[in-house]
Amino acid sequence: MSAVAAPSVYAGGASVIAVGVLLAEFGMFRQALLRDQVRLYAAQSALISVLAILVAAVRHLPELYVLAALSAGLKVVCVPVVLRRLLRGIGAGRTGEVDPEPGWTEIAGSGSLSLANTVLLAIAVAAFGFFSVAALGIRSPVLPPTALAISVSVALVAFVLMIMRRDVASQAIGFLSLENGISLTALVVAAGLPLFLEVAFLFDLLVAVVVFELLIRVHHGRAESLSTADLTRLRG
Amino acid sequence: MLVVILLLLGAPFATALVSLRAPAAVAQAVTAITGVGSFGLVLALIPAATHRDLNYLSYLRIDAVSAVFLLATSFLYAAVAVYSVGYLARSRASDADFSRYARRFYAGLNLFAWTMLAAPMMSNLALLWIAVEVTTVVSALLVAIEDTDGAAEAAWKYILIASAGLGLALLATIFAYYAGAQVLGEHYNLSFTALLQAGPRLPHTPVRLAFVLAVLGFGTKMGLFPVHTWLPDAHSEAPTPVSALLSGSLLAVSFYAILRYYQVATAALGPRFPRDVLLVFGIASLLLAALYLLDQRDVKRLLAYSSVEHMGILAIGVSFGAPIALAGVLLHVLAHAAAKGNAFMGAGVLVRKFGSKRIAGIGGGLDLLPWSGPLFGIAVLALCAMPPFGIFRSEFEIVEGGFGASANAPAAVLIVLVTVAFLGLSVAANRMLLMPRDRSPGALSRGEPSAWMVVPVVAGVAVLLVLGIHPPADLTGLLARAVHQLGAVT
Repeated sequence: MSAVAAPSVYAGGASVIAVGVLLAEFGMFRQALLRDQVRLYAAQSALISVLAILVAAVRHLPELYVLAALSAGLKVVCVPVVLRRLLRGIGAGRTGEVDPEPGWTEIAGSGSLSLANTVLLAIAVAAFGFFSVAALGIRSPVLPPTALAISVSVALVAFVLMIMRRDVASQAIGFLSLENGISLTALVVAAGLPLFLEVAFLFDLLVAVVVFELLIRVHHGRAESLSTADLTRLRG
Repeated sequence: MLVVILLLLGAPFATALVSLRAPAAVAQAVTAITGVGSFGLVLALIPAATHRDLNYLSYLRIDAVSAVFLLATSFLYAAVAVYSVGYLARSRASDADFSRYARRFYAGLNLFAWTMLAAPMMSNLALLWIAVEVTTVVSALLVAIEDTDGAAEAAWKYILIASAGLGLALLATIFAYYAGAQVLGEHYNLSFTALLQAGPRLPHTPVRLAFVLAVLGFGTKMGLFPVHTWLPDAHSEAPTPVSALLSGSLLAVSFYAILRYYQVATAALGPRFPRDVLLVFGIASLLLAALYLLDQRDVKRLLAYSSVEHMGILAIGVSFGAPIALAGVLLHVLAHAAAKGNAFMGAGVLVRKFGSKRIAGIGGGLDLLPWSGPLFGIAVLALCAMPPFGIFRSEFEIVEGGFGASANAPAAVLIVLVTVAFLGLSVAANRMLLMPRDRSPGALSRGEPSAWMVVPVVAGVAVLLVLGIHPPADLTGLLARAVHQLGAVT
């Protein structure tokens, strides 16, 4: 058995940040309040920007500074602001008067499974992602392979979040955190991707967020709630 | 050629902007002119694309494969642009409502066509992904435009499922970059040509991963089982011209993206793995669609499941790999666009006439609609691969390629399932066209709602006949080059 070298400070730090991203994902998963989910999303996005800055500094990829700044501007500031405004607007519309605690809308339960069981399921899915990607043996020049395995776990947990939640806002946040998982993957295996493509991806995310917001408003306008319980007309 | 390409990229976008501001009548006219003009521009590109790959401004690239998909999209764009003139007339009560609806509708329709025309022109897998993603957000808004409970539900399911699918496709893009970067260095820009040239040297695991993720991700938008679930909802709740574009063009554009990954995967891994993956998804989609077609109550859902069926056929056709099967696949893209466009446009007239999307609420269409009744019947027969229409020729080529490549079992399954689908489609069409309505006929009089809703369908039948009986030499030349580019090997 060969001795395993201790990871460098950089690799260790990067892995810790990646784990933080995964923990934020689990946090969103178990969080019952939409406003806290948005907050966790912002924190998760901030962690990814920090990791991008770390990679830029250590691996000498100056383009990543720009990406980190743009990404933080969009995902830590703009998107959470849009989402909070949306929740506030809907909170007020729902009760017919100004809601004193906007965003404190309880999430409708998670369908057939209890919250504890869905968390167990998410843990199982995350473990599956983690170990199967590790087994693929994809090596990155800029980050330790653990980060790639964790990023895929984040994406998979985001899928579980989208599937299990029964309200449109949580589902949208699930999609956004899926995109965060993919950003993390991109940082690991595609750090050299030309900046303009990264910027185009971000712009695209912005367009998607606007459309999501619009459709959530349409849904809320018709169903008078964020719940997806009524979305059962179209079958067969 | 660059001027033609820039016009093709610029005109629909400019028309969308004009439609946002101009009165409905102007938007209608400009959209119809742009639609027909775009088809003309694509026709002008064909001779050049048959002889060489057109590369411009480092991010635009049109080869024979992309030209086939541009042809399908631009034809449908022209058809629905004309059809919409009749479709929108008198469909809203008050003038203010109508002009608001018309502005949104035309701006959305042109933007949607613009994104679908842009996608096959991208020289780079990242830009291709972005273009496909933009098609999703634009079309989700168009699905929601009817402002009914059903439309809101369909739009939400569509954007959520398609965005999640495209998330997987983005992962595919990233792994494709990773694979390329191993050979071409960190600073290559995901250019498709470079990736293809590096083919045999690409590392296998990331390419495999990228291909499977691409099939699953773009397959979500193409309507492959098991990620097709948004499709019948969106197709049935969208306005009819949008349904026609969704079905005939959007699914094809997503298939185009899969074909690009197929080319890279074949170059890197050899044909076996990508073909096996496509065969599994293709058979599963065809099976599901054939069974669902047997018991449909809604005419637009019926046609939507028929789209799943045809996408399954495309995937199976590629999995056969023989040159004639691939030629059949590309011809099928064109013929399906014309036939499905016709079927949706015909169904739109039926729905307008009878005021119901339920198959049981429609009857005696052949008597009451002197043009649209028979034309809808022809469209359904064309979809069922009856001679002398284009789909007969394309499916025949696909099946011949299957048997030629010793894929006897899949080819036989294909024939059986297509026959089951034929049964479902023809029983429903028979009920709508030939049998009297369940309820008393009421005061419905014989006649067409609008001539504008008939003209593009007649053009579609002409296209189906040309494709079926004698495809023009320019087209066969284009298809032959495209088949060569797809790396056909038996």
